[in-house]
Amino acid sequence: MARIAQISCGTEWSGIQDLLEKAANMVGAELFFPEVDLESIDKAVEEVGVNAQSPNLRLMTARAKAVVDGAPAEAVLLLTCFRCAEGVITKHAIRRYLQEKTKIPLVMYSFTEKPKLGELLIRLEALVTLAEKKALLARERQEGITLGIDSGSSTTKAVVMMDNEIIGTGWTPTTTVLDSAEKVKREALEQAKLNGRDIEGIGVTGYGRFLLKEKMSVDLVQEELTVVSKGTAFLANRQRGEAMVIDIGGLDNKVMTLLNGVPDNFTMGGVCAGSSGRFLELAAARLGVDVPTLGKLALRGDPERVKMDSYCAIFGIQDLVSGLASGVSKEDVAAAACRSVARQVFETQLQEIDLRQPIIEVGGTSLVDGLVKEMGEILNADIVVPRFPQFGGAVGAALLVSGVV
Amino acid sequence: MILSDLVERFGHHPLGIGQEIGRMVTTPGLDNPPLNITEKELTRGLRYVAVEAPSGIRGRMGVLGPLVEQAEAAIVVKNADYAFGCSGCARANIQLIYMLRRKKIPTLEIEYPKTREEAKVMVKRVVDFLRGLGGTNG
Repeated sequence: MARIAQISCGTEWSGIQDLLEKAANMVGAELFFPEVDLESIDKAVEEVGVNAQSPNLRLMTARAKAVVDGAPAEAVLLLTCFRCAEGVITKHAIRRYLQEKTKIPLVMYSFTEKPKLGELLIRLEALVTLAEKKALLARERQEGITLGIDSGSSTTKAVVMMDNEIIGTGWTPTTTVLDSAEKVKREALEQAKLNGRDIEGIGVTGYGRFLLKEKMSVDLVQEELTVVSKGTAFLANRQRGEAMVIDIGGLDNKVMTLLNGVPDNFTMGGVCAGSSGRFLELAAARLGVDVPTLGKLALRGDPERVKMDSYCAIFGIQDLVSGLASGVSKEDVAAAACRSVARQVFETQLQEIDLRQPIIEVGGTSLVDGLVKEMGEILNADIVVPRFPQFGGAVGAALLVSGVV
Repeated sequence: MILSDLVERFGHHPLGIGQEIGRMVTTPGLDNPPLNITEKELTRGLRYVAVEAPSGIRGRMGVLGPLVEQAEAAIVVKNADYAFGCSGCARANIQLIYMLRRKKIPTLEIEYPKTREEAKVMVKRVVDFLRGLGGTNG
């Protein structure tokens, strides 16, 4: 059972400690509070450098120092209340401190009194994977014939790989999880000119992975944070060194920093349509085009011509409609839609994590040229979009499963 | 003002909130009174604090963060009087002092004086600190 150090402020007073412990148990982990002497707290605050006034935040700082000093943690869960100003400042200072002083994987979360169990589970599951499956995650080469399925919230993807090459792909909008998975599996096998018996291992990831585990014969079930990281490192040929992965999905988004293809930090957006592909779908529908065409239109537009007061999928789309009504071109509206999503991802996601080069964008939205351009402009960097970017999760699953069969 | 004057007198360039706000309110082309804080400053503030920090902190950091980046030395006056130049936000101050400490630049931390005698001691400590930094009059 992975031992995860809980470094937090406010979980008991928010009434969520029990839920945290239940979520940890569900992914095979045990939470513990690193022990500290009261006398050591001020010294820890001095060492970390952020002089919070709240005693619990100071205690949290001392717990972080206890981990650095050798408390037996395989991973760290860093938590503060949502919207606590002192908490957010302290939490990020502690994150930097732990990352500078240790190689222990950590994940942060800002909670309310009603945290979503799914959001907690995926973070804890990724932490457990990072702590317990180091040997598996070190795999850089796919061997044999394997199938990877990424059962996403908007689309389901599959790839067949043979001896480190992608030989078949399948893609479909997600309807029912199992039917969609079977459909993309069939497509990928047909393209690869293989049948199901040829497959030596199946790896699954994405929202529907647990259902697929129950209904299909699978060999590896893995959350998407580590799987997409591995798949992206493979696709972008960035298995060594540092990198950053941005995956803007249909309903949420993920940002991971990698060292040698393994995530050492990550952040996930909540379910906000304004920072997801859904916003682009709505904008494209309003313009009467498909999403890839919206991306191409955006390259010729000027986003400054549309006044956007909101990134929200409701009010932001209203701004786009108002823009059209005032006579601005489709190209300008498309550019404004892409900028809106890029800015929302930047402001809600990218501030929680260190920017690292190269920045690699994957996921279906990485095929939207205008979005990649806007993201590059905001980050002042050239964004790398590898081949098969929409199949990052499926490729990661196919790669990793070849290490367990 | 006294501190800025002392810093200049000892051959250094003062970086203070007063000058920065002065520059902002007199820059032509901006129109968001009284401080001319715009979305640009709030976005710039995200370089220093996460998006979940309240907007007032992000706005302050958008103005003050670049000053910390430029700073080669710092004087931190603790428990200052209301009228003494500061951002008015204890949380933003925590972040600013944290950033200064991470920079590992020469820093003098002093209490705000409450009596004339304490003021003299403060000025002497500031002068000694500024002399120790070198500079044209140091």
